[in-house]
Amino acid sequence: MTPDEARSMILRILGEIAPEADLTDLDPATELRDQLDIDSMDFLNAMVAVDEQSGIDVPEEDYPKLETLQGAVDYLVARSA
Amino acid sequence: MSDFLMPSLGADMEEGTIIKWLVKPGDIVHRGDIVLEVETEKADMEVEIFEDGVVGELVASEGEVIPVGGVLARIQAVESVLSPSALPSDDAGRREEEAPSEAAPGEIQVQALEQLAVEREARLAAGERPRITPTARNLAKQASVDLASVEGTGLDGAITRADVERASKYETSAPHAARTPVTPLARRLAVELGVDLGDVDGSGPNGEVTADDVCRTSRSHEATVPSRAADAARPLPAAPQADESTTKDRSAARQRVIAALMERSKREVPHYYLSTTIDLTRTLAWLQERNARRPVAQRLLPSVIMLRAVVKALDAVPEMNGTYEGGVFKQSEMVNLGVAISLREGGLAAPAIQDAANKSINDLMGDLRELVQRSRAGKLRAAEMSNATITVTNLGDQGVESVFGVIYVPQVAIVGLGKVVERPWAERGMVGTRQIVTATLAADHRVSNGHRGALYLAAIDRLLQEPEQL
Repeated sequence: MTPDEARSMILRILGEIAPEADLTDLDPATELRDQLDIDSMDFLNAMVAVDEQSGIDVPEEDYPKLETLQGAVDYLVARSA
Repeated sequence: MSDFLMPSLGADMEEGTIIKWLVKPGDIVHRGDIVLEVETEKADMEVEIFEDGVVGELVASEGEVIPVGGVLARIQAVESVLSPSALPSDDAGRREEEAPSEAAPGEIQVQALEQLAVEREARLAAGERPRITPTARNLAKQASVDLASVEGTGLDGAITRADVERASKYETSAPHAARTPVTPLARRLAVELGVDLGDVDGSGPNGEVTADDVCRTSRSHEATVPSRAADAARPLPAAPQADESTTKDRSAARQRVIAALMERSKREVPHYYLSTTIDLTRTLAWLQERNARRPVAQRLLPSVIMLRAVVKALDAVPEMNGTYEGGVFKQSEMVNLGVAISLREGGLAAPAIQDAANKSINDLMGDLRELVQRSRAGKLRAAEMSNATITVTNLGDQGVESVFGVIYVPQVAIVGLGKVVERPWAERGMVGTRQIVTATLAADHRVSNGHRGALYLAAIDRLLQEPEQL
């Protein structure tokens, strides 16, 4: 998966979880939970969606690596290699 | 003939507007069938019927406002459909609705129910189209989905919105665009922005897809928009305007209802408050180990483990579970666990997970997930909105350590859960750190007192020290 593909996928998933949010100016380095109203259920649903759409199953211990947009992109790119 | 009355779909509901009837006179209905869509200030609800029978006259018409308790329709309950005299043993074929007669005794009723079931199966097998909810029908029309090809997963093979959505995903954009009107500008934009027209909901007349629809879909899909497309598109802020005002109205209406409920609760219910800190370390360790062995779709959230403990602890202190109305406390045998769910952009719903005591932790997780989804989509059912027997409010994700809830009248208790925090902890003279959560109870002092409330919280604590037993 290229970084662009990963980013697209994540933004699409976030768009479904937080449809009212403006995703165009997300700070990639700040925690997503601080920028969007996302709770633990939302996060888990996002991980399920990632699994469904890319086949990548993120183990619980890796969740902290996906707390920012950039972190999530980097993680998914690395896992898909 | 009995009267089917407008149910109360929430503590402060006074009336509802009929959106659409899903049955017509002569239809056979079963307990639990969704027969009607009603709009209230809080939400659009699907209303179920609570008896088997045959639909008689539809007294209330679509668009009419009916007060709670008002007559919606007349139903011929199954006991009166078939009487001993209407069941000749040699008349195998015709077991249809006969002239009304008085209620038949138990055995005949069972036979009548079985006969209704057999008839229904036969009709479905004969290719009669299964029931479809109005929202699903509208979506199918918009998405140009052929209903005959959709497999229904709802009650009795009814076609739900999710079924139609799933079916429409299998259509490629080309045939879709051919069937649904799309403005030339929208079509061009879709190509430039890389938007699949099949993903776009048309907001124009006849579901026509407009440039704004494409832009809106594109914004939610992608962060970067090519600049030349941005020039070609109409100013984006204007696009959602038409939706916004009605959404704001609905939001404001919902807030008024919540306000009225909270006001009534504080005015009428003498609340008392208790709080306790619970060592959640053991539960979290157990959960972590369990989740590590499971694929993501089967993992559990800590909050669900706590919900399970809240339910099980009612075995020890059952008077936390029930309703207080007209000066009388009715302890409930079933536990319908209300869960306070905050809706995006404000608003609150507290629908109930039905019969939570008889559900496994996995079921609770699935139910909770589904409830959150439906709450946010405004697709809650009448029963679950109004039959909670105890509620939990969990603000752990929002980062507060404790929350004292307001009891949802006519319930008699509400449990509050805060954030799990790591804190120093002393036990048997040794100091370490633990993961702890603050659990609170707000309860109705007309029904229970502090001692019983304390026992309840202590029971929850005890259960969370042995997560494997939950």
